[in-house]
Amino acid sequence: MNALLDIHELRQTFPRADGGELLVLDGVELTLNLGQIVGLLGRTGSGKSTLLRLIAGLAQPSGGTVTYLGEEVHAPAAGIAMVFQGFALFPWLTVLENVQLGLEALGLPEAEIRKRALAAIDLIGLDGYESAFPRELSGGMRQRVGFARALVVHPNILLMDEPFSALDVLTAETLRTDFLELWSDGKLPIKGVILVTHNIEEAVLMCDRILLFSSNPGRIISEIAVDLKQPRNRLDPQFHDLVERIYVAMTARTPTPLQIGTGPATTVNTVLPRVSANLMSGLLESLAAPPFNGRADLPVLADELALEADELFPVSDALQMFRFAEIEGGDIKLTDIGKQFVELGTDERKKLFQRQLLSYVPLAAHIRHVLQERANHAAPKSRFFDELEDYMSTDDAELTLRAVIGWGRYAESFAYDDDSGMFSLENPT
Amino acid sequence: MRVIVPISVGWTRLFSRWDLLATLLVLGLLVFLAEASRHLFEPLTSLQQQPLSLDPRNLPEYAARTTLRMLIAMVLSLIFTFTYATLAAKNKTAERILVPLLDILQSVPILGFISVTVVFFMALAPGRVLGAEFAAIFAIFTSQAWNMAFSFYQSLRTVPTELEEASRNFRLSPWMNFWRLDVPFAMPQLIWNMMMSMSGSWFFVVASEAISVGNTTVTLPGVGSYIALAIERQDMHAVYWAIATMLIVILIYDQVLFRPLVAWADRFRFEQEAGMLPPRSWVFDVLRQSRVIERMTQPFGTLWRRTMRSRPKQPAPAERPPRFDHARFAFQLGIVITALAAIALWQSVQFLITGITLSDVALTLLLGLATLARVVVLIAVASVIWVPIGVWIGTRPNAAVIAQPVAQFLAAFPANLLFPIAVSGIVAWKLNPDIWLSPLMILGTQWYILFNVIAGAAAIPTELRAAGANFHVRGWLWWRRIALPAVMPYYVTGAITASGGSWNASIVAEVASWGNEHLQAAGLGAYIAQQTDAGDFHRIVLGIVVMSLFVVVINRLFWRPLYFYAERKFRLG
Repeated sequence: MNALLDIHELRQTFPRADGGELLVLDGVELTLNLGQIVGLLGRTGSGKSTLLRLIAGLAQPSGGTVTYLGEEVHAPAAGIAMVFQGFALFPWLTVLENVQLGLEALGLPEAEIRKRALAAIDLIGLDGYESAFPRELSGGMRQRVGFARALVVHPNILLMDEPFSALDVLTAETLRTDFLELWSDGKLPIKGVILVTHNIEEAVLMCDRILLFSSNPGRIISEIAVDLKQPRNRLDPQFHDLVERIYVAMTARTPTPLQIGTGPATTVNTVLPRVSANLMSGLLESLAAPPFNGRADLPVLADELALEADELFPVSDALQMFRFAEIEGGDIKLTDIGKQFVELGTDERKKLFQRQLLSYVPLAAHIRHVLQERANHAAPKSRFFDELEDYMSTDDAELTLRAVIGWGRYAESFAYDDDSGMFSLENPT
Repeated sequence: MRVIVPISVGWTRLFSRWDLLATLLVLGLLVFLAEASRHLFEPLTSLQQQPLSLDPRNLPEYAARTTLRMLIAMVLSLIFTFTYATLAAKNKTAERILVPLLDILQSVPILGFISVTVVFFMALAPGRVLGAEFAAIFAIFTSQAWNMAFSFYQSLRTVPTELEEASRNFRLSPWMNFWRLDVPFAMPQLIWNMMMSMSGSWFFVVASEAISVGNTTVTLPGVGSYIALAIERQDMHAVYWAIATMLIVILIYDQVLFRPLVAWADRFRFEQEAGMLPPRSWVFDVLRQSRVIERMTQPFGTLWRRTMRSRPKQPAPAERPPRFDHARFAFQLGIVITALAAIALWQSVQFLITGITLSDVALTLLLGLATLARVVVLIAVASVIWVPIGVWIGTRPNAAVIAQPVAQFLAAFPANLLFPIAVSGIVAWKLNPDIWLSPLMILGTQWYILFNVIAGAAAIPTELRAAGANFHVRGWLWWRRIALPAVMPYYVTGAITASGGSWNASIVAEVASWGNEHLQAAGLGAYIAQQTDAGDFHRIVLGIVVMSLFVVVINRLFWRPLYFYAERKFRLG
């Protein structure tokens, strides 16, 4: 049997405030074969971290099964170890003690614990740091400890939860390269890897297969096999094509019938991206200016602006929602309104922004409408919050309201007083 | 320095049914103790097997005995903290009753209840002296345990998710998880609270070593009873000796116990604040560098680690581990608690009906208002004095280095030692005791306001202060726009502690005596003290219940909303 891990019909829901259920993951099928690195790629909120925790046995699925070496996973299994985004090192333990932690939990004799821990430290390039405390180390060295701690228990499966995203670009690259080298040389005591990431290039660089996730709820929308030989080269045209393909897939519209050319339909209950009006103007200006002149390839734009895909997507989503831009085939293009916006001065921009906001963001129109209806032109935040909570998680409801408050303030469509939690039509005089 | 709010602020509703149940349970416990003691009370006769002496040469021995009591109580408090708080933090069902229970428990002015517990414990214990010792230790325990448990509970609830996941992912056993993750994470906060507890408990030591209930006087050899005797005999020299002894003991505590603990616990601090020097302690340095100590402790360390390596039994593979049935457990627990609460209610009603009339209740409520007025005025006065001083000190690092330990020391100093001086002053100048006894209530607790304001002022970011200077923000504007908002959350935390402590202190402070001079102010504290002297258990319970009620209601209606407001509006960063 080649499969290390089999996931079938996996479903995860969280309870919602009104007693209903919020679907986070749906119908996930995944197989991890011997000697493979599988990447889970998706935007924030696509449930990929949730999936990783289900595999680790840290959470229980609402439906479906996770099978590891023929046995269902219900609790943290021996042989599945995890590397965390924030390192998750114990600050009061030295490097050596951190690495030994998993071995002590296994109840091994002290001599063997020491031997194996030192070997792992040696392998991962932490020699000389054994007695250092995590706070004395740089981010890169800390994550090395994270790797050593996971590898030392000789797991069959290594789970990586965005392990490089808290590091600077150079450090991340070094660590990735070191890891891939050890993996390719067969020096790592592991048989398979599952990597969660939102970095498209990282996924293409490291993985044998990439699963793309949609958001809200998280579903696998596409599976991409990467057949390039290791070590991979970012400048390789094939590499570039793959990155482009993934960008296209990730910005493709959800397969529901929509008005042509206007992006996904937005309703009062759509989760809004928390993007400031300033960021939107900034991106519009960059798009309008050379070298893009109104049209850009998303990977190139991300590269140019030094933004991660995960940072770029919410902004491009917002622009699309406001009809300032269109996204198609991995390209973003300014609309006429978008071009007009860039030409205007501050006050006119605000007016245009308000028009687009009230036309295409139903929640903003809804709030404005409620305020106008009321005699005192004021309404508490909780009124809208409760409405939203029936359709989304508490966190999303908060973020969505924050987003619309930010836009409403910029457009001067309505005011919000955080102390009293009241929306109103009046701006302070 | 992070400060912990000594009330349960995690609960959003003002009162829940769990609060009601908790109140009933505490009430039942009080009544049970009082009822039991009332019956056991009769056969007691005076218990003075070896007369105390005011000879200062006895003081080292007395001090050692007092210290021992406090340390034993501290160990008990730690055991309580580790079990109670852990259960509350780990079990959602238990949490719902345990947290309100703790909140109510800490509002009970145990100072007024010492007499009752003394009788109770003396009857329980084989030898009477042992019983009195138990009672004293119990009283000290109740002054130490609640805030430690609160601190530990709050720490456990804020353990970073990733660390918890790492611990589970590497399959640490619950035992290992507790000692490797939970306890280290909570340690800095817990030690800070242990220090506060130790300081606060001096007050109780002094009060609990010499107790008289009705005609019975129980005296345990210790600094507290020494002071009581000195007051009775109007021996000012002895009072000075006692004060000197206290100073030395507190100093030793600081150097030998707490400073090394703080220096040691520094490694457990999760986030490192920049620019802060790690705390140092010469005792800790000596201990750490000593080869002998290392040799001696090594075997224990190995043994300790072995307990963690003991591997938990693995569930048989392919078999789903039996899921803990929370709903069922909650249901069962609910039944047990409701039944207990019902019994408590029944018992309390019976107990109170037999010995208390409506006019008693009205009287206690009225006296409660008098004490409330004192607390409010005193907190206001203390705030006006200490907030500006605290801000001044906090914004000057050099001053803070000197002032912080001094303030800590003053907080540890049991204010009841100063009572004789105050009483003789009031008598000499024929002052009104209703007014001039009041300041004694806040003598010991005002320091919490100062501590917290210093910490808050020190936490104002340098950039913010520089911005203020850059825009020439000075004078009243500076206080209004920068200093006061910045220290607000800290101040509220300190004021909550100070106000709670003042209520408790009123039992000792509203009555004071110096030899034959007895002074008394009108208030609930004096009422409780009086009933204790008279040995009237019904009215003691009534007084304590009413006082707890005042504290709980004020916490819920005033302090908690104020804390939330300050936290939301003024918390920096």
